[in-house]
Amino acid sequence: MDEFLIRALLAGTGVALIAGPLGCFIVWRRMAYFGAALSHSALLGVALGILIGIEPIYTVAVFCVVLALAIFKLQRYRMLATDTLLSILAHGALALGLVVVAFMEQVRMDLMAYLFGDILAVGWADVALMFAVAVVVLAWLAYTWRDLIAATVNRDLAIVEGIAVERIELGFVVVVAAVIALGMKAVGVLLVVSLLTIPAAAARAWSATPERMAVGAVAVGVVSSGLGVMGSYWWDAPAGPMIVIWTCIFFVAGLLGARLKSPR
Amino acid sequence: MRFLFHCDVMANPGEILIEATDICVAFGSQNVLDHVGLLVRRGEIVTLIGLNGAGKTTLVKTLLGLIKPQRGAVRRHPGLRIGYVPQRIDRDPVLPLNVLRFLTLAGGVSKASLAEVLGQVGLGDILQHPLADLSGGEMQRVLLARALLRRPDLLVLDEPLAGVDVTGQTELYNLIPQIRDRYHCGVLMVSHDLHVVMAATDDVVCLNHHVCCTGHPHSVARDPAFVELFGTSFAKVAAVYSHHHDHVHDATGGVVPLHDDEHRHG
Repeated sequence: MDEFLIRALLAGTGVALIAGPLGCFIVWRRMAYFGAALSHSALLGVALGILIGIEPIYTVAVFCVVLALAIFKLQRYRMLATDTLLSILAHGALALGLVVVAFMEQVRMDLMAYLFGDILAVGWADVALMFAVAVVVLAWLAYTWRDLIAATVNRDLAIVEGIAVERIELGFVVVVAAVIALGMKAVGVLLVVSLLTIPAAAARAWSATPERMAVGAVAVGVVSSGLGVMGSYWWDAPAGPMIVIWTCIFFVAGLLGARLKSPR
Repeated sequence: MRFLFHCDVMANPGEILIEATDICVAFGSQNVLDHVGLLVRRGEIVTLIGLNGAGKTTLVKTLLGLIKPQRGAVRRHPGLRIGYVPQRIDRDPVLPLNVLRFLTLAGGVSKASLAEVLGQVGLGDILQHPLADLSGGEMQRVLLARALLRRPDLLVLDEPLAGVDVTGQTELYNLIPQIRDRYHCGVLMVSHDLHVVMAATDDVVCLNHHVCCTGHPHSVARDPAFVELFGTSFAKVAAVYSHHHDHVHDATGGVVPLHDDEHRHG
């Protein structure tokens, strides 16, 4: 097997490992739009990285974290609903990112690679970074799992019971921002949220506990990225969209299967 | 009297569990709480009544530390454990969770105490049921069970009877004094229901952004400020109950004859 395929498969697995459990929380906490807003504005982070000559994955990660914290604080501004604020930030940053990219004539930049990802082009350094981040994120998740679930089920009860909810929520948005920066490399800024939401949604029909849903989401994500990468190689199709298509297939299959299991 | 039966040396009956002084909370330009004070002692049931929008839930959330007041302070007894039963919680079927898992989310729950508490709140064998499938009444009991599993010093119930049918309501009313005796805790309850207030309350605090009046239910019912807010229906309910209650419990749980003038105006 070609080395670039192995790298792509490993990168997909690394992202799916953390996107599975985090995606469950995105789905449970109804933060899909938050993820979409962050990832769309990530393009501005890419442009900034190229402007100052730093590998964009780092500037995107930092930019997403800063933006996530800004959104987190802005949520208390009660004059506008959170989704409206997110829309302003996301589209404002996306538009700004596109304009900045257009002005950078001296730099050749493959816009499509950032919009839709280029997992077949990841290097060993990217793979190493993905697994390093995956280890840190999984360790953080294991450490805060119970409290994060409690805060997700009911925020007020968790606070009264002495859980440091605000600190956990801050950690969560930072981690989501990191995953978006990594996932962007695989499927691009426009599709990266689907790696969080669709595997989690696909696993729901088959899960009786939060843990099973998280493991199921990881399984769907890993298998989809494998099939997507191989499908892209065999049929010469774009890899990022292929991965997302596979997650959708598993989602539909999960729905139909659950329906057959318990016909109503 | 009850002091003699509760040989818990750690628990000093009648100690102040939580005290709010001079609380002011405003949302935008609207003053929801205006210099409000409240105090709950161990062994005491305090009921907060008031019309919709009077600031009852806001006051409860301020006491719980969920809302930061713009002015005033909440002082808690050091190490105070609070069991909180919110008005209702959103149960999202997207998050697969059974009753057992919900009850043990905070951790540190033994099998024995789980069985005991479930018996107390009158829940059958529903531990494996998905949380999203419970009826409103079952859910209220589950929330109460979760609060009790913490072995609370202070039990805070925000409209605990919302969504509970009439039979269930009577059961739950009777349960609250039992819980107070069993856990030797203080109880702060928000209620619309005048019957609850009469049957199982030591102290009523009538809230309308500020504290209108406070005291024993019988005396409060005759307070002109109270009658102006609630009309005379409460006084009628009070009359029904007055022959059941010719005494009150003092802060230590002792029996004290009822004095009609035992209340304060605010």
